[in-house]
Amino acid sequence: MSDALLSARGLGLRFGGITALDGVDADLWPGEVLAVVGESGSGKTTLLNVLSGHMAPDAGTVWYRDPAGARHDLRAMPAPQLRALHRSDWGFVHQNPRDALRMRVSAGGNVGERLMAQGSRNYGGIRAAAADWLRQVEIDPARIDDVPGTFSGGMLQRLQIARTLVTHPRLVFMDEPTGGLDVSVQARLLDLIRGLVARLGIAVVLVTHDIAVARLLAGRILVMQGGRVVETGLTDQVLDDPQHPYTQLLVSSVLQA
Amino acid sequence: MTYNFAYLDEQTKRMIRRAILKGVAIPGHQVPFGSREMPLPYGWGTGGIQVMAAVLGPADVLKVIDQGADDTTNAVSIRRFFARTAGVQTTTRTAEATVIQTRHRIPEVPLHEGQILVYQVPMPEPMAKLEPSRAETRRMHGLAEYGLMHVKLYEDIARLGHVSTSYDFPVMVNGRYLMSPSPIPAFDNPKLGGMAALQLFGAGREKRIYAVPPYTEVRSLDFDDHPFRPVRAPGVCAMCGSGTSYLDEVVTDDRGTRMFVCSDTDYCGERAAMQDAAE
Amino acid sequence: MAYVAVKGGERAIDAAHAWLAHDRRGDPAMPQVSPGQIEQQLGRAVDRVMAEGSLMDRGLAALAIRQAQGDLIEAAFLLRAYRTTLPRFANSEPVETAAMLVTRRVSAIFKDLPGGQVLGPTYDYTHRLLDFIAGADPAPPQEAPAQPAPMPPAFGILGREGLVEPDAPAPDSAPFDLTREPLAFPAGRDARLQALARGDEGFMLALGYSTQRGYGSNHPFVGELRVGEASVCITPPELGFAIDIGDAVLTECQMVNQFAGSRTAPPQFTRGYGLAFGHQERRVMGMALVDRAMRAGELGEHVSAPAQDVEFVVSHCDNVEATGFVEHLKLPHYVDFQSELETIRQMRSDATRRCEERGEERSDAAIQEPPAPPSPPLDCHAEAGSQ
Repeated sequence: MSDALLSARGLGLRFGGITALDGVDADLWPGEVLAVVGESGSGKTTLLNVLSGHMAPDAGTVWYRDPAGARHDLRAMPAPQLRALHRSDWGFVHQNPRDALRMRVSAGGNVGERLMAQGSRNYGGIRAAAADWLRQVEIDPARIDDVPGTFSGGMLQRLQIARTLVTHPRLVFMDEPTGGLDVSVQARLLDLIRGLVARLGIAVVLVTHDIAVARLLAGRILVMQGGRVVETGLTDQVLDDPQHPYTQLLVSSVLQA
Repeated sequence: MTYNFAYLDEQTKRMIRRAILKGVAIPGHQVPFGSREMPLPYGWGTGGIQVMAAVLGPADVLKVIDQGADDTTNAVSIRRFFARTAGVQTTTRTAEATVIQTRHRIPEVPLHEGQILVYQVPMPEPMAKLEPSRAETRRMHGLAEYGLMHVKLYEDIARLGHVSTSYDFPVMVNGRYLMSPSPIPAFDNPKLGGMAALQLFGAGREKRIYAVPPYTEVRSLDFDDHPFRPVRAPGVCAMCGSGTSYLDEVVTDDRGTRMFVCSDTDYCGERAAMQDAAE
Repeated sequence: MAYVAVKGGERAIDAAHAWLAHDRRGDPAMPQVSPGQIEQQLGRAVDRVMAEGSLMDRGLAALAIRQAQGDLIEAAFLLRAYRTTLPRFANSEPVETAAMLVTRRVSAIFKDLPGGQVLGPTYDYTHRLLDFIAGADPAPPQEAPAQPAPMPPAFGILGREGLVEPDAPAPDSAPFDLTREPLAFPAGRDARLQALARGDEGFMLALGYSTQRGYGSNHPFVGELRVGEASVCITPPELGFAIDIGDAVLTECQMVNQFAGSRTAPPQFTRGYGLAFGHQERRVMGMALVDRAMRAGELGEHVSAPAQDVEFVVSHCDNVEATGFVEHLKLPHYVDFQSELETIRQMRSDATRRCEERGEERSDAAIQEPPAPPSPPLDCHAEAGSQ
């Protein structure tokens, strides 16, 4: 646990009569992808929000280990520090890219913003970095001055990814990154994410209801039901040989290609 | 009825002075203050007037300019207001004034120590057009999160080749706070930094006061490879021949004939008088 | 013609003031209207000016209306400026509107209720027919009973069943004072209500109307509207107990609104509140609708409509602020505009140069010709300039 990048113990959260999280433990190591799967209402999105510091749990703690090796209790972290973390070392890819992008700012401006927020003051350099990242997410760099309103859903999501990764975060939270996209677009995007994550050594907490996405991207998996983790382990092991009845149900309900 | 000196009661002046002190202690930071309704409308200089009322003393000599001129209607109106409620001596000579209230210009003549320049500010929040929520901009100032402002500059350069903002050009004060210098032309921005006089900014309707103490570093936002460049009309003043002052364009007939004249009437008048004397 | 620097600003202003005074007086052969007449016979204008001027003084409001030639926002401005010169020497105790000496009280949620439905002097059921003949002075209304029946608020009936959200507990600190301190967001309910209390009636009317038409609707009903005299009490520190210093005519509206319940609270009716000096029904009803709309966020409802956007509503409801800033556009801005002229000229010459470099024709007409209709975009590939 001591060299895990992110650790959670005993997380609990209730909304009135509804249990969103109950006794949840989780660990994330540097460079690994952890998938959190379950149906709607399983608590997976709530877990993501608690792990990223967007929501405070009623019980339990989340620790983050910074690049210097120091451990921080997220709840004790002052708001400005958490915000700074989200702009540099951490990233968050939203299900709907319109929630994260500035729709009236050009693609280049969107990608360059985090650089400018961190103090980059060379226009040429910012533009070059933005063009490079557009290329890496397979958007034609000639569109650097185009406004995202003209982009397709898949392109918007790729732009969001570029905007998030431009500061080389060590840890990225992803909330259903391929939700709402059609199947062929999803496949291309998943391939892209897999390549980038592996090449850059980013740790990812990935929330998805889609087992196939988990299998493709994640090394380890957490299966949630009713706010509890019912099964956890290496993705292939859990999905090939599910122990818990709920996991078995999830796996068996996936149509075999 | 007789009014208190400079219209406001002493409690109110004290409240305003406390806000000013906070502003001077934290250069460029907007300090909320309990702006009062004044007999002039919001948007017409009530912030500047309240700041002025709080710092004015019986021995002060007051100059009021609008668009650089002493004789524009609102400058006249404000000067009269203080003449009536404070009985202070007034002047049109920049060098003779101890306190100057200005709208949209910085005088051409460099100010000296001991002078106070009071700016009228319509919109104190430099990021207002980019982020309408004051709660959010307050957070951005508190955390020094100014990326959004630079995004705007980036967008201008990407689209037009240069920054499109020509007045009310945002500045970084003392390396910490992003500030609106009020709608002075960008041409005047270089005068803000290192000024020997105290600069006070009052926004009555928005209820904010801020300040730049003497000899403070003030930098207009730019990129290393697209440095800030102040712009003025190319040409010389038709009255005094100045090629360095900010010029107003005057259309002199209905065929579009135009000429350029210094916006700062005191500066122009002085130069013209010196030239006449020399001849 | 040689250019001479423009002078004479002072003389121009003096002349403008004189002309205005002359205009204001109108035909000198007609008797000048007295503030007393305005106060007595144009009472609703006086009420509005008191509310938006934030000062309860009928005589001063009437004087302001005359000085403003009937421009009510100008009159409210005069009152506000005068208000600045007045010392504050006490805050009143909360006014007990339930104990009001009622002239008019209606409730739309009950057919009848203790104390009854009292129509009072209202325009509600008049036919809007212009009356060209002013007849003899009308007869006074029938005598009110010496001991009027008690008139408990309608909300109490709902409250006894637990159907309405309970009143918030009395705060331990003094309420926010909008007339002394600047507003910060997020704004508490005390600050929001104070802003509405002096806000422009038209603005609140329009926003309230918008909630009824679907922009943030909350199913409103008039729980109670009452007009009457309420006692104003202060507790001077020297005495240590409350004393009655006079009566204020007030109009109060309490709206009943729906609330769907959340994960933590059972469904209950919620309240929108409006209060104003004098007799101002439209105002307090608009205020109550907007008050409730602005509570959407704190009640966990989806915030999507302008009336629910607290910063939007509160920042723009003060018409004295608004008129100042809107009308300030008349002030000279030629220095800033000069900068704009230079910038646009530079952008145009850059665009021309870029076109020439590409060997293409500029698409607009030459400058020397008289003003042409708006020209097509200059830049060969994209529009230059505009935001």
